[in-house]
Amino acid sequence: MTTLAARAPFAPTGPAAIDAAIAQQLLSAALASGGDYADLYFEYRASADFVYEEERVRNVGRGITLGLGVRVLKGDATGYAYTEELTQERMLATARTAGQIAAGGGAAPVAVPAQIAVADFYPVGLPTIDASPQGKLELLRRADRAARAYDARIVKVECSVSEELKEILVVTSDGRLARDTLPLVRFGVRAVAESAGKRQAGSSGGGGRYGMEYFDEVLHTPEAHGREAARIAITMLDAVDAPAGEMEVVLGPADSGILLHEAVGHGLEADFNRKETSNYSGQIGKRVASDLCTVIDDGTLPSSRGSINVDDEGFEPQKNTLIENGILVDYMHDRISARHFKRKPSGNGRRQSFRHAPLPRMTNTLLMPGQHTPEEIIRSVKRGVFAKRFSGGQVNISNGDFVFSLTEGYLIEDGKITAPLKGVNLIGNGPDVLTKVTMVGSDFELSDGMWTCGKDGQSVPVGVGTPTVKIAAITVGGTKAG
Amino acid sequence: MRDEVPELKALAESAVEQARKAGADAVEAIVQSGAELSVKVRMGEPEMVHEAGSRALGLRVFKDHRSAVTYTSDFTPAAFAAFVRESVALAQLSEPDELNELPADDELARGALPDLELWDDATLSVDAAEALRRAVRGERAALDYDKRVTNSEGASYDRTVGASAFATSGGFSGGYRGTYQSLVVEPVCDDEGGKKRNGYHFTAARFLAALEEPEHVGREAARKTVAKLGSRKIGTRDAMVVFDPDAGRAILRLLVSCVTGTAFYKKSSYLIGKEGAQVASPLVTVVDDPLLPRAPGSRPYDGDGLPSRKQAVVNAGILETVLCDVYSARKLGRKSTGSAGRGVGGAPGVTTSNLVMQTGKTPVAEVVKQTEAGLYVTDMMGFGFNAVTGDFSRGANGFWIENGELSYPVSEITISANLEAILCGIDLVGDDLDFRTSTACPTFRVAKMMIAGS
Repeated sequence: MTTLAARAPFAPTGPAAIDAAIAQQLLSAALASGGDYADLYFEYRASADFVYEEERVRNVGRGITLGLGVRVLKGDATGYAYTEELTQERMLATARTAGQIAAGGGAAPVAVPAQIAVADFYPVGLPTIDASPQGKLELLRRADRAARAYDARIVKVECSVSEELKEILVVTSDGRLARDTLPLVRFGVRAVAESAGKRQAGSSGGGGRYGMEYFDEVLHTPEAHGREAARIAITMLDAVDAPAGEMEVVLGPADSGILLHEAVGHGLEADFNRKETSNYSGQIGKRVASDLCTVIDDGTLPSSRGSINVDDEGFEPQKNTLIENGILVDYMHDRISARHFKRKPSGNGRRQSFRHAPLPRMTNTLLMPGQHTPEEIIRSVKRGVFAKRFSGGQVNISNGDFVFSLTEGYLIEDGKITAPLKGVNLIGNGPDVLTKVTMVGSDFELSDGMWTCGKDGQSVPVGVGTPTVKIAAITVGGTKAG
Repeated sequence: MRDEVPELKALAESAVEQARKAGADAVEAIVQSGAELSVKVRMGEPEMVHEAGSRALGLRVFKDHRSAVTYTSDFTPAAFAAFVRESVALAQLSEPDELNELPADDELARGALPDLELWDDATLSVDAAEALRRAVRGERAALDYDKRVTNSEGASYDRTVGASAFATSGGFSGGYRGTYQSLVVEPVCDDEGGKKRNGYHFTAARFLAALEEPEHVGREAARKTVAKLGSRKIGTRDAMVVFDPDAGRAILRLLVSCVTGTAFYKKSSYLIGKEGAQVASPLVTVVDDPLLPRAPGSRPYDGDGLPSRKQAVVNAGILETVLCDVYSARKLGRKSTGSAGRGVGGAPGVTTSNLVMQTGKTPVAEVVKQTEAGLYVTDMMGFGFNAVTGDFSRGANGFWIENGELSYPVSEITISANLEAILCGIDLVGDDLDFRTSTACPTFRVAKMMIAGS
């Protein structure tokens, strides 16, 4: 990102500029107690949000966070400390605190940091946070009007824009220095419909690492999100009780990717496999999914919410194939797990902020398209569920059980989509469910950036994507037996 | 450790003063300061030592009935002065809302704040080395408990100390500080079919001396994990469901998400219009009590600066109180219940303090004993709850109960029902209750839920 004016105090032109010499001095202090490796993570984050409710701007908020996190590795142990005060004295003290993990031993040498060139996967001329606030308020009004105009039964609408601009500087004791500037915007609409004593809500949202041009796309306009939220709320007024038990389930394109994220994604993050606490431990080269499944994690997709120009340990993101035609090919690595498995890091070392140590994390996790049309897939189902929108998912890494919560779903009867279903939870076991993928559509879509992934108390933005997929049997947690 | 509260109060008061001078009609400032130590060991070796302190200030400024909420952690004088000016300017972007004003002066907490015994000097006596020793002891006890415990996600000891101050141009100024520490042990067992079984047990308290011994935590964690070996799916059916306190807490959190003033004015609760009506079994009484000494969620004043007070949310099954902060109360044409929470980064919003479901008369062991057949739920997964309709559907793990005993472990199933039916269907409430976390719940049984499995 060379087009943006840096505003972080630690930027080369900033009041507390960090250059290679200062970084080297801090890294030396961090390793003085005998650590093997150290890194510095400087972060400046400006964020803003606007909430529009009951036809007026209800909330405007802004915040700035700034800090330095210092990590020291000694064997498999991590020492971590951070400071919000970027004075020489505080930074040195923080480096020494992190270094205490290593009790004695000779200090590792600190290489002279050399800046690495990073790609630009999210070229943004003007980040939204610098765009006119009035323009953003107008987006909220447009979404509100569109949702209300959709149907007279819409009784409440709430719209929001959240945006941030993050600048990072990573410096490692083995000589890497990388800078990046990451824009992120998320737009959301929630509508409540009321009719004959029934009430239902619907939501639509999206965004990514875009500037204001995000809203120019037909599917991304405030009106599109407003109408979509209203459509779901109105549709759900007629929702019937969902069935209970194992049945065929067809997952719609894009957001259904959270199934992959939960069912296999987390289990392939190499920290769990290094510790042998994942049920995918020791499974490389083995069949873990039907041969229709090829799963990749790709941090390089243009402007996607989960994309990065450099990971939070100073490594370039990659397009990593995790599962190829059903065979487990690779895990996702950070520096610690890569060292354990004696391979190169895969560019998946990510962290929530300077207050957190990096972990192997997903970026954009995708299921590659197959041969079938979505119509063929629906037509093939005698009785089942079509899953379209979700509120989230969760997985137990150890045993592979995962759930995802459906907010918009429909019955499929005799090959046709029929009644909308009340919200329902689906549960399966990762390795088991993926072997039951019997049809994969040709209609791949990337999610419209709205997902945030939580792990070990750290949240990071991610992307997911998938075509229409049929699962031969998965448990649908409805209330209606039979 | 030096008491930071007076310094934080002075900082908050000074920020209020500066914002007034910069043109704000009214201002609130909140300052929070904290220090954390977090260590983790795995297979007997240190895995992580994390140590840091932080301080941040949040402002809410009002100008011509418009407001903005801002925060910063940069206290250098020039940057701070700019932050205050920008905050006042930012308020111009919002639109006037006559209900969005500071609380009336006579609503604010006045005089001495109650001493809730939230601070323990002993907390800081645990340094990184001692924290590691405690974690090692806990994990060791788990690994030694049973040879089927073959691996470990580790054991973590965490302690936080924090102080907070809040000042408003309406005349409130207060502050308090607190401590909290916890130890969690997470063993892993190998099961058939390459599956692993994980479990955990934790101890947590504001006072160091109230923690369980590390060895006890480790053994409990191991016992709970080993019990999951051979876990299986069961067939789809209706059945009685017993919630243990950990799982029950999650049900209680769902209830409370539907009894806030915010949910009511946003029409996002299935309980709208049900005040004074039966919304749960007569066995159910739920209170929110911010004044419990030494409890994790206690607070001497709320996020609007109002005095804390105990509220009966549900009394013998009757919905008594909708929890409100000042804004949602005004939207609903009523008075705040003193239930506002407040972080540095946001406006006040309704939060609970210590949310407690009162114990029942059934000895906890009897709850299972009196259940001929049913599901005993120990943990749940997923987000399957619609507050607008009350529809509930989540993944569950636990044990199948046969003839009044836990018979075998169960996983990969879901449990579903409408929350109203769950709460009204509670037919046994245990006499067990602990205050490790700010939501506390005894064991209880629901007469009927749908279980989806194979």
